Amino acid sequence: MFKWIHRFGSAPFVYRFAGALAPWIGFVCLAILLSGLYLGLIVAPEDYEQGESYRIIYVHVPAAILSMFVYVVMAVASAVFLIWRLKLADIVAQASAPIGASFTFLALATGSLWGKPMWGTWWIWDGRLTSELLLLFLYFGYMALRAAIEHPQSAAKAAAVLALVGVVNIPVIHYSVEWWSTLHQPATITKMGERNIHPSMGIPLGLMIVGFQLLYAYVLLIRMRTGILKRESRASWVAQLPEVNNTMANSKLSGTNRV
Amino acid sequence: MGIFALLSCIIRRDLAIAMRNTGQWVNPLLFFIVVVALFPLGVGPSPATLSIIAPGVIWVSALLAVLLSLGSLFETDFADGTLEQLLLSGQSLALIVLGKVLVHWFLSGLPLLLISPLLALLLALPTDAIPVLMLSLLIGTLTLSLIGAIGAGLTLGLNQAGVLLSLLVLPLSVPVLIFGSAAVTAAAADFGAGSQLAIMTGLLLFALSIGPLTTAAAVRIGVSGST
Repeated sequence: MFKWIHRFGSAPFVYRFAGALAPWIGFVCLAILLSGLYLGLIVAPEDYEQGESYRIIYVHVPAAILSMFVYVVMAVASAVFLIWRLKLADIVAQASAPIGASFTFLALATGSLWGKPMWGTWWIWDGRLTSELLLLFLYFGYMALRAAIEHPQSAAKAAAVLALVGVVNIPVIHYSVEWWSTLHQPATITKMGERNIHPSMGIPLGLMIVGFQLLYAYVLLIRMRTGILKRESRASWVAQLPEVNNTMANSKLSGTNRV
Repeated sequence: MGIFALLSCIIRRDLAIAMRNTGQWVNPLLFFIVVVALFPLGVGPSPATLSIIAPGVIWVSALLAVLLSLGSLFETDFADGTLEQLLLSGQSLALIVLGKVLVHWFLSGLPLLLISPLLALLLALPTDAIPVLMLSLLIGTLTLSLIGAIGAGLTLGLNQAGVLLSLLVLPLSVPVLIFGSAAVTAAAADFGAGSQLAIMTGLLLFALSIGPLTTAAAVRIGVSGST
């Protein structure tokens, strides 16, 4: 059992494992996302209050859930990296950051698109929107700090510390912003979560959430492979990979570029 | 060395340096005053408008002034090798950091707090709110120094550390900003500000408990990465 875990410390093993797993996750993800979208956008009835525009929740809610989920994954991976010095955990954190930032941006953009017909304005300083915006800033800070430190080992450690500081602060920030927004604006907006959701809408929403999780896993595996190749670019096992060999041979044949 | 001996040693040293380098504590103060003075020019001189935005303006300006001064928290000690010697001294780095943060607050937070009644008058804030304003700045700027120190440790020795530092620290300082300006707004409207101040004190204790330890970890990473 322990030996099996130990293999995840080896870069070549993880590289191959991720490569073998990614297509399967990708296919399942595609199937679930397509069926979720079909059920959500075509089969599900329209909302009696919001008409057709409510359908954006099939993208908005999963993106918002993932935006926070990815940050938690990043923080856990950072803790694992700081405690056990497992390089793989750092690769997971590094690969997750841009994905999480993209989900956060997607949640903000879809929220704003939904806000235009519903609230009559693109942006409202609503508690949830505001904490999503701050979450996006936290992602930006993480990526900027990583990019700014040249020494790879200290960049990884400093970014890990920042991710942990961020995850400790997220609840504090979230509840401060909630309190602040209820103070500043009358509570006229009925929250969707307070009403029970009918299965004809709930099932596609659940499918979309699972689909987004798988999408994250799929992109994460691909980005991890790229991250491993970048870090290990001078290792002999990388040079022996068929995909690397072929590219090198091609570029030598065409004579355009040195690898 | 005992805890208090170590703390007072660090504090005396940093204070002595600051006394010989006036710009270190005068510049953030001037920055604070100038930024606050710009707002009436930007939004118009009407006292009605100014008194509404005054708590937010003073608090945002204080936040920026504290951030601006954070760059010098470890940077000079890092550049001349003092920080490395402190690391090698075998004393608790978290305590050393705490001493430096206290001096930083004494030099950048306390002057803001003392000048704030004057700025409150400039912005037509009701005079009844001034004690709460000062109290909220007292608790809040100390919290900001503690949070900001983490960012200063993480950006140790980097080019353009100042901009990056702001990017890292500003989202984390949102709760302090929210409750700080809310306390002043409540006091200006003749409501009690006790609950906001209580939450701010909670935030301060929270920052006090995890801030120095995290900053020490960040400083270790920064120093070891540069050698």
